[in-house]
Amino acid sequence: MLTYPQFRPKTLDDLHYHQGLSIRLKSLAASADFPHMLFYGPSGAGKKTRISCTLRELFGSGVEKLKIDQRVFISPSKRKLEINIVQSNFHIEITPSEAGNYDRVVIQDLLKEIAQTQQVDLNAKHRFKVVVINEADSLSRDAQAALRRTMEKYTSNMRIILCANSTSRLIAPIKSRCLLMRVAAPNLEEMQIVLEHVAKKLKFDLPEEASQQIAEDSGGNMRKALLVFETLKMQSPDLSGPLTIAKPDWEMYCHKVADLIVQEQSPARVMEVRAKFYELISHCIPATIILKVKLSIWVPNKLTDNSQTVAERVVERVDEALKADVMHWATIYEGRMRLGSKKVFHLEAWTVKVMSLYKNFMYNFDMADFE
Amino acid sequence: MSFFQAKSTTTNVKHSVDPAHQPWVEKYRPKTMDDISAQEHTIAVLQKTLVSTNLPHMLFYGPPGTGKTSTILALARQLFGPDNFRNRVLELNASDERGIAIVKEKIKSFARQTPRAQAVASDGNVYPCPPYKIIILDEADSMTQDAQGALRRIMETYARITRFCLVCNYVTRIIEPLASRCSKFRFTPLDSTSTSSRLSHIAREENIDVSPEVISTLIETSGGDLRRSITYLQSASRLSSSTNPPVPITPQDIQEIAGVVPTAVVNDFARTLGVSVDEDMDMDDLPANGKLKGFHSVQKKVKEIMRQGYSASQILSQLHDTIVLHPTLPARQKALSALAFAEADKALCDGADEELWVLDVGLRIHKAITAP
Repeated sequence: MLTYPQFRPKTLDDLHYHQGLSIRLKSLAASADFPHMLFYGPSGAGKKTRISCTLRELFGSGVEKLKIDQRVFISPSKRKLEINIVQSNFHIEITPSEAGNYDRVVIQDLLKEIAQTQQVDLNAKHRFKVVVINEADSLSRDAQAALRRTMEKYTSNMRIILCANSTSRLIAPIKSRCLLMRVAAPNLEEMQIVLEHVAKKLKFDLPEEASQQIAEDSGGNMRKALLVFETLKMQSPDLSGPLTIAKPDWEMYCHKVADLIVQEQSPARVMEVRAKFYELISHCIPATIILKVKLSIWVPNKLTDNSQTVAERVVERVDEALKADVMHWATIYEGRMRLGSKKVFHLEAWTVKVMSLYKNFMYNFDMADFE
Repeated sequence: MSFFQAKSTTTNVKHSVDPAHQPWVEKYRPKTMDDISAQEHTIAVLQKTLVSTNLPHMLFYGPPGTGKTSTILALARQLFGPDNFRNRVLELNASDERGIAIVKEKIKSFARQTPRAQAVASDGNVYPCPPYKIIILDEADSMTQDAQGALRRIMETYARITRFCLVCNYVTRIIEPLASRCSKFRFTPLDSTSTSSRLSHIAREENIDVSPEVISTLIETSGGDLRRSITYLQSASRLSSSTNPPVPITPQDIQEIAGVVPTAVVNDFARTLGVSVDEDMDMDDLPANGKLKGFHSVQKKVKEIMRQGYSASQILSQLHDTIVLHPTLPARQKALSALAFAEADKALCDGADEELWVLDVGLRIHKAITAP
């Protein structure tokens, strides 16, 4: 079995970091008036874990008896929508973004239904049920508007816990109705503590350097760190010697593409890069990731390396401007990619832009050198 | 007899929440027109209509939390009294299905029933109880154009026995023919004195100790939205009272609840971008530092902030305030920065990637400020 679901903390006391947050959650769960909540933070920071721990604190172990239901909703245009719902006797968990444009219908129907039925279990600690809405930041505006009044009206029977990566895309009325809970990514020491804890549970000796390396590599994402740990454990049973954290092959591929762009700027090279982009996209790597994680962050670094080999005396400030420009165009094309439908066009456009910027820069530089 | 009593209590339980657990926003909703803070002009006009009991169709607009819904509810309550309130007022909002079909059927059937003759109210007071009903369409700006179109004729046909009250944030989203049928009332954001008096009133009623600094932080973070500041106050008091022993509310608590990025973080970011922030006056080493490794320091800082989980729009709006209100920056640099902020805001609304845009804004400001 995979380690990370197995060692997911079950109660608020088991959590390793953000103690202040845990204490707050605990006291809130104990008090009679539990507010609506909004958990936000980067992925892998432990939002879901905290939500499930809070639920357990609220209702006891009954929340762990989960069943999965498939519900059918009917949109105004008589289309049938099938949505998976995870529920226990005390709470219900939905991901409304599965319904795409019709998430409003799901929200309205489901919440009203829950709000209008009272808790039947007389032994329950609280009279309300909890609705957990995952990926709340991808809810459409309509659905969010539908939540507004429902949240106020049915507080006696229902509490809502929203889980989102960022609050930017939530409308202000929703934010003002919730108690905001920021779950920041753990820092290096905190991650190492967790890794060592897991290693101890597995009766496994994790060297200091290894845990540090894993923590650094995962960039604050606990889930990723645990998965990397798992893979490494498979590769070498005692984790001794120098570690090579395997990068996904598509990352290597992206590096290669970045190299291609920097090495040569010509129409032929654009064609070559384009073919590679197609391959990446056909392997279901989201275009944003291609642009963001690898190319745009990496190309500027590469640029400095290269230009420094071409000519020693690189004027630092001009180079700065070039990097900033590359980033700037990356953001612009990323934004367009969201609005447009054909992702590869924008990737190509960005490639060409970077090439022309680079070439311009090199040309100008050379001219300056001659004078 | 006992049977009837039992029955009446159960129905009470069903409809009313235990006041201790009720949101304060609902608990302290003004009961009469006189209780409403600020909006003197609107209230004065509506008081007159209350005397003559002849209401026009109304359109309330203004930013959230300025008392639009409260005003119409208080007005209706004063017109009809507690007994008739329920069957004379229909409240529809965005959480109800409001397609064209609903507008046609629900509103039509409600509007069609002629109101019954008035009776003396149970609490002994005499209410004007004019012979019409009120339909409140809350959040009317999220109604579709078609549904609004369908309302036009209905409003006129049933004008004898119904009055409509549209409540919305953006008056521009209401189609012209509807707007022209209503008398418009604009609600302005609350000024800080009336907000603070209302907040301290609530604090007194709830027996919580609130320092003036907390009140001013509340006003600052909510920007004239009374509902927001009341909710924050309630959350803060929940947090402070649930710990044992209760700790007093601090301005930092309010900032955390409101999702505001701490000032220190924003200042730190601004400093990385080359903006000198008041606390730190040694200007000499800043430009040199920025020139040497501008890109990487900005990139590192952005990564760090994003890992803390702050929302991009919040960071940008606070950074915007820092820069635009900066005492010494030249106008040109401010203008260039403002341009970057505007583009980023648009892109974020379109759902673009947050980290990239914060980085881009950071780099552009850095460039604008460090440029000779």
